[in-house]
Amino acid sequence: MDRLVFLLSSGLARGAVLALFALSLVIVWRAARVVNFAQAAMAIAAVYVAFAITAASGSYWLGLIGGLATGALLGAAVEAGLMRRVPHTTPLPGMIVAIGLVMILQSGLSIAFGPQHRTMRPPFSERPFDLGGVPVLSPYELFVLVVAALVMGGLALLFNRTSLGLQLRASAFAPETSRLLGVRVPRMVTVGWMLSVATAALAALLLVPTELGLNPFAADLLFVNAFAVAVIGGLDSPAGALAAGIGVGILSSLVTGYVSASAAPLAVLAVLTAVLLLRPGGLVAAGKARSA
Amino acid sequence: MQTTPPPRLEVSGLEVRFGGLTALDDVSLTVGDGQTVALIGPNGAGKTTLFNAVCGLVRPRRGTVGVAGRPAPSSPTGLLAAGVARTLQGLGLFEQLSVLENVLVPLSSLRRDAERARAVLADLDLASVADRPVGTLPYPERKRVALARALVTDPGLLLLDEPAGGLGSADIDALAATVRALAEDGRAVALVEHHVDFVMAVADRIVVLDFGKVIAAGTPDEVRGDPAVEAAYLGGAS
Repeated sequence: MDRLVFLLSSGLARGAVLALFALSLVIVWRAARVVNFAQAAMAIAAVYVAFAITAASGSYWLGLIGGLATGALLGAAVEAGLMRRVPHTTPLPGMIVAIGLVMILQSGLSIAFGPQHRTMRPPFSERPFDLGGVPVLSPYELFVLVVAALVMGGLALLFNRTSLGLQLRASAFAPETSRLLGVRVPRMVTVGWMLSVATAALAALLLVPTELGLNPFAADLLFVNAFAVAVIGGLDSPAGALAAGIGVGILSSLVTGYVSASAAPLAVLAVLTAVLLLRPGGLVAAGKARSA
Repeated sequence: MQTTPPPRLEVSGLEVRFGGLTALDDVSLTVGDGQTVALIGPNGAGKTTLFNAVCGLVRPRRGTVGVAGRPAPSSPTGLLAAGVARTLQGLGLFEQLSVLENVLVPLSSLRRDAERARAVLADLDLASVADRPVGTLPYPERKRVALARALVTDPGLLLLDEPAGGLGSADIDALAATVRALAEDGRAVALVEHHVDFVMAVADRIVVLDFGKVIAAGTPDEVRGDPAVEAAYLGGAS
């Protein structure tokens, strides 16, 4: 029982990071109809900036803010400088450009910072709380959960309670109609990229301290799992990303704890396969595809 | 000395070509405040192309479009600022968004403008469905949502593209009353429509297009008796 509680709580924290990263993929898919395969590389580039700021200032929080700002700026730069010029007749050209961007970014980061792992210290202890002899969430995992919940809540408020959010959603559903109604659709696409990459950078920032360390490829596995999560939840569905992220995080934790760590990715793939067979649009499939 | 204000919409000598096809050929018309002008004609006559030219979606080869005495802006935001709003032939609603959200899209502030949006919805008898997704509404209500979205910016010039299309007779009667009320409020209304009875009921003037040319223009009674119109359109439609 103790083990189950521990695995559930750590799976919850892991799932929150997965959900955040999957949410970032959903945001950019909705905004630009691009599966951004460069999301992990872009997020890690932002984490390197956060690492440098923290190293220079001694403040984790300054690094966090700098990393998020870098993610947003990188998102805007990639959208305006690259993706906007890619044909959008199908999602394929954008995906190919994104894969090319992965190579450029990871090679560039390797040249600039070297391929070695750099230790990033978490701002809080990773030792689990002891509740009546049962190990549960560590302070850092609690921090991850709180930050993830705040960011998801903030994004939900932004999308559902503000004019910017409404215009972002309208642009995603029907860009041409939105343009006729005075919505600056290109600007909405840029904002979508900024939000998306900043969210991905946050997820990577939260994950890296718990992994082997920072290196140019540190978020690759996170991307693979989060992409699976986004597809399981439904690429168009923020709620689906959240639910699937938590579910997959807990599933991975349980399989790791009760079977083996190497079986966890297989369990995720099994769920992904089942969802694709039974509900190809994802568990929380959007009602209708984008229209003109 | 009192000067006459310029017409709300003034189209002069408009020519639009799509490759070798002349979609509009020397088309001129004016719509004044408080006036309803209907554009009629067979499919492909150039009616919607004229709206598209007014909205800057197609570039005319010749001619001018003026709104309230100034050249018409070519950007959607500029048109909204100039007091021009349009409904689309295919509704163009966001099916996944609620009725209220659909109406709020052209506005800049949800908090500040929500009250106005709800008032417009109430005027069009849509208050009770304001929070429902548009995709769940029956077609006549969705048509009214499209009209509400055009009205929410309080336009001086309203372009209605087939507002009566797909409606039953009771809904068309209600729409006619709404359009008449809009004109009585002082708005200029230009509409493209196939439904002849509706046009005759609401229009102060009718402009008949055929193959991109104006073949007749005048009051409903004048147009009704025009042999060229009967040959091109009314005779086959009635």
